[in-house]
Amino acid sequence: MKDIKFIALFTLVLATLPFLTNSGVVLNFVVMALYASLLAQSWNILGGYSGQFSFGNAVFFGTGAYVQVIAQMHFGLNAWDALFFALSLSAIVGVFIGSVSFRYGLKGSYFALVTLAMAEIFRILSLSVGFTGGGVGLMLPLNNTFLGMQFINKSGYLWLILALVCSTLLITTYIKHSKLGAYMQAVRDNEDAAKALGINPFNVKLFSISISSVVMGAGGAIYVQLFQYIDPGIAYGPQSSVEALVAAIVGGVGTLWGPIIGATALLLMSELTRNLFGQIPGINMVIYGLVLVLIVLFAPSGLSGLGLSVRALFSRSFSSSRSKLIEDSPTHGGKG
Amino acid sequence: MGAVYALIALGLTLVYGVLHIINFAHGACLMIALYGVYGLWAALGVDPYAALPIMIALMLMLGYILQRYVINRAGHTRDERVLLLTLGLSIIFENLALILFHSDTRTIETTYSLQTIQLGSVMLSLPKFYAFWGALGVSAVMLAIMKWTDLGRAIRAVAKERVGAKLMGIDVEQVYAMSFGIGLACLGAAACFLLPAYYVNPSVGNGFIFVSFTIVVLGGMGSFLGALLGGLLIGVIESLGGLYLGESLGQVGIFVVFVFFLIFRPQGMFGSKS
Repeated sequence: MKDIKFIALFTLVLATLPFLTNSGVVLNFVVMALYASLLAQSWNILGGYSGQFSFGNAVFFGTGAYVQVIAQMHFGLNAWDALFFALSLSAIVGVFIGSVSFRYGLKGSYFALVTLAMAEIFRILSLSVGFTGGGVGLMLPLNNTFLGMQFINKSGYLWLILALVCSTLLITTYIKHSKLGAYMQAVRDNEDAAKALGINPFNVKLFSISISSVVMGAGGAIYVQLFQYIDPGIAYGPQSSVEALVAAIVGGVGTLWGPIIGATALLLMSELTRNLFGQIPGINMVIYGLVLVLIVLFAPSGLSGLGLSVRALFSRSFSSSRSKLIEDSPTHGGKG
Repeated sequence: MGAVYALIALGLTLVYGVLHIINFAHGACLMIALYGVYGLWAALGVDPYAALPIMIALMLMLGYILQRYVINRAGHTRDERVLLLTLGLSIIFENLALILFHSDTRTIETTYSLQTIQLGSVMLSLPKFYAFWGALGVSAVMLAIMKWTDLGRAIRAVAKERVGAKLMGIDVEQVYAMSFGIGLACLGAAACFLLPAYYVNPSVGNGFIFVSFTIVVLGGMGSFLGALLGGLLIGVIESLGGLYLGESLGQVGIFVVFVFFLIFRPQGMFGSKS
């Protein structure tokens, strides 16, 4: 399949990157871009393919991050076993939130607000209970071994995150082409019609949020492995939710490569603004907000949507079958 | 605080009831209004309460422009799009404030900010006393506008039946923009009452946004009476939660109420089933 070939090529090229360059700047950029892509991919599975817009993905991110640290510090597990528990607990949180809110038919903005409130509840709780270290946060001890999942040079992180991004790409491809994925997209486009055809929207959405939460939990676990520190504000604050959602929307909602394109474009842009304006606090986020507003207003199908419409413009003149294919691809603009 | 909450929620519920959008930038707009009051006081020496008409007019204009030229363009089809748009706006506002004013928390000092008033056996701080009655007064004026003026009738008509209102010759775009403007004007008034007893910093809106969402959900989306009663109720819940669970954990009470109502009774206490 074409998608699989592209994923293989993408993975191969990035995996060989550390052998081609020693530049810390390049490797660091790729690591951060892949990390941001992972968050965006998580959002995209739930928001893009199932149409459930979450404003509180931080709830999975923070759970993954805290479990990753606590399992290593308090239970003495190695980082890989901790990752297993981090992913499992994120999934449990995801299934819990999903089953509560989907059971009662929360949709659209209501679902977005509930996820946001859940993240806030978790943030306040993690400030108040003892084992998260409260407002002081938790520091992961340095352990530069393979079992500690901390690496002296960036290439180790690059391969680790690349493996996760690649797996998520494969999962997304599966979702795109499988029967279950077709159900998800049917529920997104018209839930009542999907129900009438015998699809159970509750199960479909629950599956979607569990996958999404596992991927987001992996993002949180990777965060602590990279930065060795977590506190309630980082874990459950709005930052990671917003990053995931903006990158996915900028790149193109409900597309395979959109999250990666969006995350990379945003990272490039924030590096550029940092060079242009220096360290003015907040300028970065102003640009984020502006991009979000402009994309929602003028390019609702994101950067990859822009690419598609340019391609459609060229191909319409000589190939009608090709542009039909493009028209069938999911868009979120106009009619809803 | 309850009455000020109610006033803030009233603005939010008006926007929801008429435009059927959730204005995520409501908290950020409150922050702008608070800086407006602060700026008038610091630069021109205008007393916060005297700033009331100025702030109402300014916020009305801001809301009108925002709705007419920005939010309107996203259309009213998918509510998530508007939610994303207003999220983007709130990020922009908040961080612009961060750039312009830095993250310092500012307060203003007036002759009455530390005075108290004796009511039976309770001592109340004077600004909070004013805030309570002032916010109630403004809410009453707003309800009167909605009930008896032509604009109010037009707004209610559009909220109930958009196409029908259009056929009757009502300029729907105009009504949308005015509703959004009035929604923000509530914030302008709330800011005037809030600042003498409160503070302002770039992220001050975040503390209010959930509270006002909760009130709106509690009272029923689009219900004015619900917003008023919900505001007072949340004020009580917050104080009791703070008293029994401590300052930080006490806020959980609000969120629990919020999630509980969203899940089990999304139409609120007074809202009708949509």
